[in-house]
Amino acid sequence: MAQATPAADPAALVEWLCRMGDNCLILGHRVSEWCGHSPVLEEDIALANTALDLIGQTQFWLGLAGEVEGKGRSADSLAYLRDAAQFRNLLLVERPNGDFGNTLMRQFLFDAWHMAMLDALTGSTDPRVAEIAAKAVKEVAYHLERSADLVIRLGDGTGESRARMQKALDSLWPYTGEMLLDDGVDRAMAAAGIAPLPQDLKAGWDRTVAETMAQATLAVPQTGYQHKGGKTGRHSEALGYILADMQFLQRAYPGAVW
Amino acid sequence: MSGAAHPDIAEIWRWLSQVPDPEIPVISLTDLGIIRGVEWQGDTLVVTVTPTYSGCPATSLITLDIEKALRDRGIDRLRLERQLSPPWTTDWISAQGRESLRAYGIAPPVDGTAADGRLAGRIARLAGTSNLVIACPRCGSTATERLSQFGSTPCKASYRCTDCLEPFDYFKCI
Repeated sequence: MAQATPAADPAALVEWLCRMGDNCLILGHRVSEWCGHSPVLEEDIALANTALDLIGQTQFWLGLAGEVEGKGRSADSLAYLRDAAQFRNLLLVERPNGDFGNTLMRQFLFDAWHMAMLDALTGSTDPRVAEIAAKAVKEVAYHLERSADLVIRLGDGTGESRARMQKALDSLWPYTGEMLLDDGVDRAMAAAGIAPLPQDLKAGWDRTVAETMAQATLAVPQTGYQHKGGKTGRHSEALGYILADMQFLQRAYPGAVW
Repeated sequence: MSGAAHPDIAEIWRWLSQVPDPEIPVISLTDLGIIRGVEWQGDTLVVTVTPTYSGCPATSLITLDIEKALRDRGIDRLRLERQLSPPWTTDWISAQGRESLRAYGIAPPVDGTAADGRLAGRIARLAGTSNLVIACPRCGSTATERLSQFGSTPCKASYRCTDCLEPFDYFKCI
Protein backbone atom coordinates (compact mmCIF):
# COMPACT_ATOMS: atom_id res chain seq x y z
CA MET A 1 0.00 0.00 0.00
CA ALA A 2 2.78 2.44 0.81
CA GLN A 3 4.26 2.83 -2.68
CA ALA A 4 2.27 5.48 -4.70
CA THR A 5 2.42 9.27 -4.48
CA PRO A 6 5.74 10.05 -6.11
CA ALA A 7 6.54 13.64 -5.23
CA ALA A 8 3.64 14.64 -3.02
CA ASP A 9 4.36 16.14 0.36
CA PRO A 10 2.64 13.74 2.79
CA ALA A 11 1.42 16.60 5.02
CA ALA A 12 -0.26 18.28 2.03
CA LEU A 13 -1.78 14.96 0.98
CA VAL A 14 -3.24 14.41 4.46
CA GLU A 15 -4.64 17.94 4.39
CA TRP A 16 -6.22 17.37 0.98
CA LEU A 17 -7.65 13.96 1.98
CA CYS A 18 -9.23 15.59 5.02
CA ARG A 19 -10.87 18.15 2.73
CA MET A 20 -12.40 15.37 0.64
CA GLY A 21 -13.46 13.39 3.70
CA ASP A 22 -14.75 16.34 5.70
CA ASN A 23 -16.93 17.54 2.82
CA CYS A 24 -18.57 14.12 2.74
CA LEU A 25 -18.81 13.87 6.53
CA ILE A 26 -20.33 17.29 7.19
CA LEU A 27 -22.74 17.20 4.26
CA GLY A 28 -23.65 13.60 5.14
CA HIS A 29 -24.39 14.69 8.70
CA ARG A 30 -26.42 17.69 7.54
CA VAL A 31 -28.49 15.59 5.16
CA SER A 32 -29.05 12.95 7.84
CA GLU A 33 -30.72 15.64 9.97
CA TRP A 34 -33.71 15.25 7.62
CA CYS A 35 -34.22 11.62 8.53
CA GLY A 36 -37.82 11.31 9.69
CA HIS A 37 -38.66 14.94 8.85
CA SER A 38 -38.93 15.05 5.05
CA PRO A 39 -42.06 16.26 3.28
CA VAL A 40 -42.84 12.82 1.81
CA LEU A 41 -41.66 9.29 2.55
CA GLU A 42 -39.81 8.78 -0.75
CA GLU A 43 -37.78 11.92 -0.19
CA ASP A 44 -37.02 10.95 3.38
CA ILE A 45 -35.59 7.66 2.13
CA ALA A 46 -33.70 9.34 -0.71
CA LEU A 47 -32.09 11.85 1.64
CA ALA A 48 -31.12 9.12 4.11
CA ASN A 49 -29.60 7.07 1.28
CA THR A 50 -27.62 10.06 0.04
CA ALA A 51 -26.34 10.69 3.56
CA LEU A 52 -25.38 7.03 3.85
CA ASP A 53 -23.35 7.14 0.63
CA LEU A 54 -21.56 10.26 1.83
CA ILE A 55 -20.74 8.78 5.24
CA GLY A 56 -19.44 5.64 3.50
CA GLN A 57 -17.20 7.73 1.29
CA THR A 58 -16.03 9.60 4.41
CA GLN A 59 -14.71 6.33 5.81
CA PHE A 60 -12.58 5.79 2.72
CA TRP A 61 -11.15 9.32 2.56
CA LEU A 62 -10.52 9.80 6.26
CA GLY A 63 -9.30 6.22 6.58
CA LEU A 64 -6.68 6.95 3.93
CA ALA A 65 -5.83 10.31 5.56
CA GLY A 66 -5.10 8.52 8.84
CA GLU A 67 -3.04 5.88 7.05
CA VAL A 68 -0.93 8.45 5.17
CA GLU A 69 -0.50 10.52 8.33
CA GLY A 70 0.84 7.43 10.09
CA LYS A 71 0.06 8.51 13.64
CA GLY A 72 -2.47 5.79 14.31
CA ARG A 73 -5.56 7.92 13.75
CA SER A 74 -8.56 6.13 12.23
CA ALA A 75 -11.46 7.58 10.24
CA ASP A 76 -13.45 7.49 13.49
CA SER A 77 -10.88 9.36 15.56
CA LEU A 78 -10.56 12.00 12.83
CA ALA A 79 -14.33 12.41 12.68
CA TYR A 80 -15.03 12.44 16.41
CA LEU A 81 -11.97 13.86 18.07
CA ARG A 82 -11.00 16.94 16.06
CA ASP A 83 -12.35 20.37 16.90
CA ALA A 84 -13.80 22.85 14.40
CA ALA A 85 -10.52 24.52 13.46
CA GLN A 86 -9.12 21.16 12.34
CA PHE A 87 -11.98 20.50 9.94
CA ARG A 88 -11.27 21.17 6.27
CA ASN A 89 -14.74 21.08 4.70
CA LEU A 90 -16.14 23.79 2.46
CA LEU A 91 -18.33 26.41 4.13
CA LEU A 92 -21.10 25.44 1.69
CA VAL A 93 -21.66 21.98 3.21
CA GLU A 94 -22.02 23.30 6.76
CA ARG A 95 -24.76 25.79 5.79
CA PRO A 96 -27.93 25.06 7.76
CA ASN A 97 -30.53 22.92 6.00
CA GLY A 98 -33.23 25.60 5.84
CA ASP A 99 -36.29 24.31 3.99
CA PHE A 100 -36.39 21.26 1.72
CA GLY A 101 -35.69 23.42 -1.35
CA ASN A 102 -32.65 25.00 0.26
CA THR A 103 -31.31 21.54 1.18
CA LEU A 104 -31.76 20.32 -2.41
CA MET A 105 -30.17 23.47 -3.88
CA ARG A 106 -27.13 23.06 -1.59
CA GLN A 107 -26.94 19.42 -2.61
CA PHE A 108 -27.08 20.27 -6.31
CA LEU A 109 -24.40 22.98 -6.11
CA PHE A 110 -22.14 20.53 -4.28
CA ASP A 111 -23.00 17.47 -6.42
CA ALA A 112 -22.14 19.35 -9.62
CA TRP A 113 -18.67 20.03 -8.20
CA HIS A 114 -18.30 16.61 -6.52
CA MET A 115 -19.11 14.79 -9.78
CA ALA A 116 -16.53 16.79 -11.76
CA MET A 117 -13.90 16.36 -9.03
CA LEU A 118 -14.38 12.59 -8.66
CA ASP A 119 -14.46 12.13 -12.40
CA ALA A 120 -11.03 13.78 -12.64
CA LEU A 121 -9.74 11.83 -9.63
CA THR A 122 -10.39 8.48 -11.30
CA GLY A 123 -7.23 9.34 -13.29
CA SER A 124 -5.17 10.20 -10.19
CA THR A 125 -1.52 9.11 -10.10
CA ASP A 126 -2.18 7.77 -6.59
CA PRO A 127 -3.99 4.44 -7.07
CA ARG A 128 -5.54 4.67 -3.59
CA VAL A 129 -7.18 7.98 -4.51
CA ALA A 130 -8.22 6.70 -7.96
CA GLU A 131 -9.94 3.64 -6.57
CA ILE A 132 -11.94 5.57 -3.95
CA ALA A 133 -12.99 8.02 -6.67
CA ALA A 134 -14.01 5.21 -9.05
CA LYS A 135 -16.24 3.80 -6.33
CA ALA A 136 -17.72 7.13 -5.21
CA VAL A 137 -18.34 8.59 -8.67
CA LYS A 138 -20.94 5.92 -9.41
CA GLU A 139 -22.91 6.90 -6.33
CA VAL A 140 -22.52 10.62 -6.86
CA ALA A 141 -23.85 10.31 -10.43
CA TYR A 142 -27.15 9.31 -8.83
CA HIS A 143 -26.95 12.17 -6.32
CA LEU A 144 -26.45 14.70 -9.11
CA GLU A 145 -29.20 13.23 -11.24
CA ARG A 146 -31.63 13.45 -8.38
CA SER A 147 -30.69 16.90 -7.07
CA ALA A 148 -30.72 18.41 -10.59
CA ASP A 149 -34.08 16.80 -11.25
CA LEU A 150 -35.62 18.25 -8.09
CA VAL A 151 -34.08 21.69 -8.53
CA ILE A 152 -35.71 21.79 -11.98
CA ARG A 153 -39.08 20.53 -10.75
CA LEU A 154 -39.20 22.91 -7.81
CA GLY A 155 -37.76 25.87 -9.74
CA ASP A 156 -40.09 25.35 -12.68
CA GLY A 157 -42.92 24.56 -10.27
CA THR A 158 -45.45 26.71 -8.45
CA GLY A 159 -44.96 30.40 -7.68
CA GLU A 160 -44.20 29.47 -4.08
CA SER A 161 -41.65 26.73 -4.88
CA ARG A 162 -39.97 28.88 -7.53
CA ALA A 163 -39.59 31.81 -5.11
CA ARG A 164 -38.08 29.53 -2.47
CA MET A 165 -35.61 27.99 -4.92
CA GLN A 166 -34.48 31.39 -6.15
CA LYS A 167 -34.03 32.53 -2.57
CA ALA A 168 -32.02 29.38 -1.82
CA LEU A 169 -29.80 29.91 -4.85
CA ASP A 170 -29.19 33.56 -3.96
CA SER A 171 -28.33 32.82 -0.34
CA LEU A 172 -26.05 29.85 -1.09
CA TRP A 173 -24.27 31.45 -4.02
CA PRO A 174 -21.65 33.34 -1.96
CA TYR A 175 -20.51 29.94 -0.60
CA THR A 176 -19.86 28.33 -3.98
CA GLY A 177 -16.68 30.15 -4.96
CA GLU A 178 -14.49 28.37 -2.41
CA MET A 179 -14.62 24.97 -4.12
CA LEU A 180 -13.25 26.43 -7.36
CA LEU A 181 -10.36 28.39 -5.84
CA ASP A 182 -6.80 27.01 -5.71
CA ASP A 183 -4.44 27.27 -2.77
CA GLY A 184 -1.03 25.81 -1.92
CA VAL A 185 -2.39 22.37 -1.01
CA ASP A 186 -4.33 22.17 -4.28
CA ARG A 187 -1.28 23.19 -6.27
CA ALA A 188 0.87 20.58 -4.52
CA MET A 189 -1.69 17.88 -5.36
CA ALA A 190 -1.95 19.01 -8.98
CA ALA A 191 1.84 19.09 -9.35
CA ALA A 192 2.03 15.46 -8.18
CA GLY A 193 -0.82 14.49 -10.51
CA ILE A 194 -2.95 13.42 -7.55
CA ALA A 195 -5.85 15.82 -8.07
CA PRO A 196 -7.00 18.46 -10.56
CA LEU A 197 -6.69 22.15 -9.82
CA PRO A 198 -10.07 23.35 -8.56
CA GLN A 199 -10.12 26.22 -11.05
CA ASP A 200 -9.88 23.69 -13.88
CA LEU A 201 -13.27 22.36 -12.76
CA LYS A 202 -14.89 25.79 -13.00
CA ALA A 203 -15.91 25.77 -16.68
CA GLY A 204 -17.68 22.41 -16.34
CA TRP A 205 -19.35 23.41 -13.08
CA ASP A 206 -20.53 26.70 -14.55
CA ARG A 207 -22.02 24.84 -17.52
CA THR A 208 -23.86 22.26 -15.38
CA VAL A 209 -25.26 25.02 -13.17
CA ALA A 210 -26.26 27.23 -16.11
CA GLU A 211 -28.04 24.39 -17.97
CA THR A 212 -29.89 23.25 -14.88
CA MET A 213 -30.93 26.74 -13.75
CA ALA A 214 -32.13 27.58 -17.26
CA GLN A 215 -34.45 24.56 -17.14
CA ALA A 216 -35.44 25.45 -13.60
CA THR A 217 -36.28 29.01 -14.78
CA LEU A 218 -34.01 30.39 -12.05
CA ALA A 219 -31.61 33.29 -12.44
CA VAL A 220 -27.95 32.52 -11.72
CA PRO A 221 -26.65 35.37 -9.51
CA GLN A 222 -23.99 37.58 -10.99
CA THR A 223 -20.68 37.03 -9.25
CA GLY A 224 -20.35 38.95 -6.04
CA TYR A 225 -18.51 38.54 -2.77
CA GLN A 226 -17.45 34.95 -2.10
CA HIS A 227 -16.76 33.57 1.36
CA LYS A 228 -13.80 31.31 1.93
CA GLY A 229 -11.89 29.76 4.82
CA GLY A 230 -13.39 26.29 5.34
CA LYS A 231 -10.58 24.58 3.46
CA THR A 232 -8.05 26.01 5.94
CA GLY A 233 -10.14 25.56 9.09
CA ARG A 234 -11.81 28.97 9.41
CA HIS A 235 -15.45 28.01 9.73
CA SER A 236 -18.80 29.62 10.35
CA GLU A 237 -20.46 29.12 13.73
CA ALA A 238 -22.70 26.51 12.08
CA LEU A 239 -19.94 23.89 12.24
CA GLY A 240 -19.67 24.11 16.03
CA TYR A 241 -23.31 23.10 16.42
CA ILE A 242 -22.86 20.18 14.04
CA LEU A 243 -19.85 18.92 15.98
CA ALA A 244 -21.59 19.37 19.34
CA ASP A 245 -24.29 17.06 18.08
CA MET A 246 -22.09 14.62 16.14
CA GLN A 247 -19.26 14.30 18.67
CA PHE A 248 -21.22 14.38 21.90
CA LEU A 249 -20.99 10.68 22.65
CA GLN A 250 -17.23 10.38 22.16
CA ARG A 251 -16.63 13.58 24.14
CA ALA A 252 -18.85 12.54 27.03
CA TYR A 253 -17.80 8.89 27.07
CA PRO A 254 -14.28 8.77 25.62
CA GLY A 255 -13.48 5.52 23.90
CA ALA A 256 -17.07 4.27 23.94
CA VAL A 257 -17.57 1.56 21.35
CA TRP A 258 -20.71 0.25 19.68
CA MET B 1 -4.12 -27.50 9.19
CA SER B 2 -1.48 -28.95 6.91
CA GLY B 3 -1.18 -28.00 3.24
CA ALA B 4 -2.50 -31.33 2.03
CA ALA B 5 -5.68 -31.03 4.06
CA HIS B 6 -6.78 -27.70 2.57
CA PRO B 7 -10.32 -27.83 1.28
CA ASP B 8 -10.49 -27.37 -2.44
CA ILE B 9 -11.04 -23.79 -3.71
CA ALA B 10 -14.06 -24.85 -5.79
CA GLU B 11 -15.53 -26.42 -2.65
CA ILE B 12 -15.07 -23.15 -0.76
CA TRP B 13 -16.84 -21.24 -3.54
CA ARG B 14 -19.72 -23.71 -3.18
CA TRP B 15 -19.87 -23.01 0.56
CA LEU B 16 -19.87 -19.28 -0.07
CA SER B 17 -22.67 -19.69 -2.61
CA GLN B 18 -24.83 -20.85 0.28
CA VAL B 19 -24.32 -17.67 2.32
CA PRO B 20 -27.32 -15.38 1.78
CA ASP B 21 -27.13 -11.62 1.45
CA PRO B 22 -28.31 -10.32 4.84
CA GLU B 23 -30.68 -7.73 3.34
CA ILE B 24 -32.03 -9.71 0.38
CA PRO B 25 -31.77 -13.30 1.63
CA VAL B 26 -33.00 -14.88 -1.62
CA ILE B 27 -29.71 -14.03 -3.28
CA SER B 28 -26.33 -15.43 -2.24
CA LEU B 29 -23.11 -13.47 -1.84
CA THR B 30 -21.65 -15.19 -4.90
CA ASP B 31 -24.77 -14.42 -6.99
CA LEU B 32 -24.40 -10.79 -5.92
CA GLY B 33 -20.85 -10.83 -7.29
CA ILE B 34 -19.15 -9.32 -4.25
CA ILE B 35 -16.72 -12.20 -3.57
CA ARG B 36 -13.79 -11.27 -5.80
CA GLY B 37 -11.29 -13.93 -4.89
CA VAL B 38 -10.67 -17.03 -2.79
CA GLU B 39 -7.16 -18.37 -2.40
CA TRP B 40 -4.86 -20.17 -0.05
CA GLN B 41 -1.80 -18.23 1.02
CA GLY B 42 0.15 -20.88 2.88
CA ASP B 43 -2.15 -22.12 5.60
CA THR B 44 -4.35 -19.04 5.51
CA LEU B 45 -7.46 -18.74 3.39
CA VAL B 46 -7.78 -15.24 1.92
CA VAL B 47 -11.23 -14.15 0.79
CA THR B 48 -11.44 -10.87 -1.10
CA VAL B 49 -14.71 -8.98 -0.84
CA THR B 50 -15.79 -5.75 -2.51
CA PRO B 51 -18.50 -3.52 -1.01
CA THR B 52 -21.69 -2.81 -2.99
CA TYR B 53 -22.22 0.81 -1.91
CA SER B 54 -19.66 2.79 0.11
CA GLY B 55 -22.02 3.20 3.05
CA CYS B 56 -23.90 -0.08 2.79
CA PRO B 57 -24.65 -1.00 6.42
CA ALA B 58 -24.74 -4.69 5.49
CA THR B 59 -21.01 -4.71 4.72
CA SER B 60 -19.85 -5.55 8.24
CA LEU B 61 -22.60 -8.14 8.64
CA ILE B 62 -21.55 -9.76 5.35
CA THR B 63 -18.00 -10.03 6.66
CA LEU B 64 -19.24 -11.74 9.81
CA ASP B 65 -21.45 -14.12 7.84
CA ILE B 66 -18.55 -15.18 5.60
CA GLU B 67 -16.34 -15.72 8.59
CA LYS B 68 -18.95 -17.76 10.39
CA ALA B 69 -19.76 -19.90 7.34
CA LEU B 70 -16.11 -20.77 6.80
CA ARG B 71 -15.27 -21.37 10.46
CA ASP B 72 -18.27 -23.67 10.71
CA ARG B 73 -16.61 -25.69 7.93
CA GLY B 74 -13.43 -25.94 9.96
CA ILE B 75 -11.39 -23.17 8.39
CA ASP B 76 -9.77 -21.41 11.31
CA ARG B 77 -6.98 -19.50 9.57
CA LEU B 78 -8.88 -16.95 7.61
CA ARG B 79 -8.31 -13.42 6.40
CA LEU B 80 -10.86 -11.17 4.71
CA GLU B 81 -9.55 -8.42 2.47
CA ARG B 82 -11.48 -5.43 1.20
CA GLN B 83 -10.96 -4.61 -2.46
CA LEU B 84 -12.34 -1.36 -3.87
CA SER B 85 -11.06 -1.62 -7.41
CA PRO B 86 -12.57 -2.44 -9.83
CA PRO B 87 -15.68 -1.07 -8.12
CA TRP B 88 -18.67 -3.37 -7.79
CA THR B 89 -21.22 -3.20 -10.56
CA THR B 90 -24.68 -4.73 -10.85
CA ASP B 91 -23.43 -6.30 -14.10
CA TRP B 92 -21.77 -8.89 -11.83
CA ILE B 93 -25.09 -10.19 -10.50
CA SER B 94 -25.47 -13.73 -11.88
CA ALA B 95 -28.32 -14.94 -14.11
CA GLN B 96 -29.47 -17.14 -11.23
CA GLY B 97 -29.34 -14.12 -8.91
CA ARG B 98 -31.47 -12.06 -11.27
CA GLU B 99 -34.10 -14.79 -11.49
CA SER B 100 -34.18 -15.09 -7.69
CA LEU B 101 -34.64 -11.33 -7.36
CA ARG B 102 -37.53 -11.33 -9.82
CA ALA B 103 -39.23 -14.25 -8.09
CA TYR B 104 -38.84 -12.40 -4.78
CA GLY B 105 -40.57 -9.29 -6.21
CA ILE B 106 -37.53 -7.13 -6.98
CA ALA B 107 -37.04 -6.15 -10.63
CA PRO B 108 -33.44 -7.09 -11.56
CA PRO B 109 -31.05 -4.48 -12.96
CA VAL B 110 -31.09 -3.62 -16.65
CA ASP B 111 -27.38 -3.64 -17.54
CA GLY B 112 -25.78 -0.54 -18.97
CA THR B 113 -28.31 1.91 -17.55
CA ALA B 114 -26.38 3.30 -14.58
CA ALA B 115 -26.46 7.05 -14.04
CA ASP B 116 -23.28 8.58 -15.38
CA GLY B 117 -23.69 12.12 -14.12
CA ARG B 118 -24.25 13.60 -17.54
CA LEU B 119 -27.29 15.76 -17.91
CA ALA B 120 -28.08 14.29 -21.34
CA GLY B 121 -29.42 11.07 -19.83
CA ARG B 122 -31.64 12.89 -17.42
CA ILE B 123 -32.97 15.22 -20.09
CA ALA B 124 -33.76 12.22 -22.31
CA ARG B 125 -35.72 10.69 -19.49
CA LEU B 126 -37.60 13.88 -18.71
CA ALA B 127 -38.48 14.12 -22.39
CA GLY B 128 -39.72 10.53 -22.32
CA THR B 129 -37.13 9.25 -24.79
CA SER B 130 -35.19 7.07 -22.36
CA ASN B 131 -35.04 3.43 -23.41
CA LEU B 132 -35.02 2.16 -19.84
CA VAL B 133 -37.93 -0.26 -19.57
CA ILE B 134 -38.50 -1.94 -16.23
CA ALA B 135 -40.88 -4.88 -16.24
CA CYS B 136 -43.13 -5.37 -13.23
CA PRO B 137 -41.79 -8.42 -11.33
CA ARG B 138 -45.35 -9.44 -10.40
CA CYS B 139 -47.37 -9.24 -13.63
CA GLY B 140 -44.64 -8.70 -16.23
CA SER B 141 -46.17 -5.50 -17.63
CA THR B 142 -43.73 -2.89 -18.91
CA ALA B 143 -46.20 -0.10 -18.10
CA THR B 144 -44.29 1.01 -15.02
CA GLU B 145 -43.23 4.36 -13.59
CA ARG B 146 -40.51 5.46 -11.23
CA LEU B 147 -41.63 6.85 -7.89
CA SER B 148 -38.18 7.58 -6.51
CA GLN B 149 -34.63 6.89 -7.52
CA PHE B 150 -33.92 5.63 -4.00
CA GLY B 151 -35.73 2.77 -2.34
CA SER B 152 -35.65 0.76 0.88
CA THR B 153 -31.87 0.30 0.52
CA PRO B 154 -29.28 2.35 -1.42
CA CYS B 155 -29.16 -0.29 -4.18
CA LYS B 156 -32.84 -0.03 -5.05
CA ALA B 157 -35.24 2.46 -6.62
CA SER B 158 -39.01 2.60 -6.05
CA TYR B 159 -41.32 1.87 -8.99
CA ARG B 160 -45.03 1.30 -9.53
CA CYS B 161 -46.80 -0.84 -12.12
CA THR B 162 -49.61 1.10 -13.76
CA ASP B 163 -51.32 -2.14 -14.88
CA CYS B 164 -51.49 -4.21 -11.69
CA LEU B 165 -50.94 -1.07 -9.54
CA GLU B 166 -48.40 -2.80 -7.27
CA PRO B 167 -45.44 -0.79 -6.04
CA PHE B 168 -42.13 -2.66 -6.32
CA ASP B 169 -38.38 -2.25 -5.89
CA TYR B 170 -36.03 -2.06 -8.85
CA PHE B 171 -32.41 -3.10 -8.27
CA LYS B 172 -30.85 -0.10 -9.95
CA CYS B 173 -27.69 -0.21 -11.99
CA ILE B 174 -24.41 1.03 -10.65
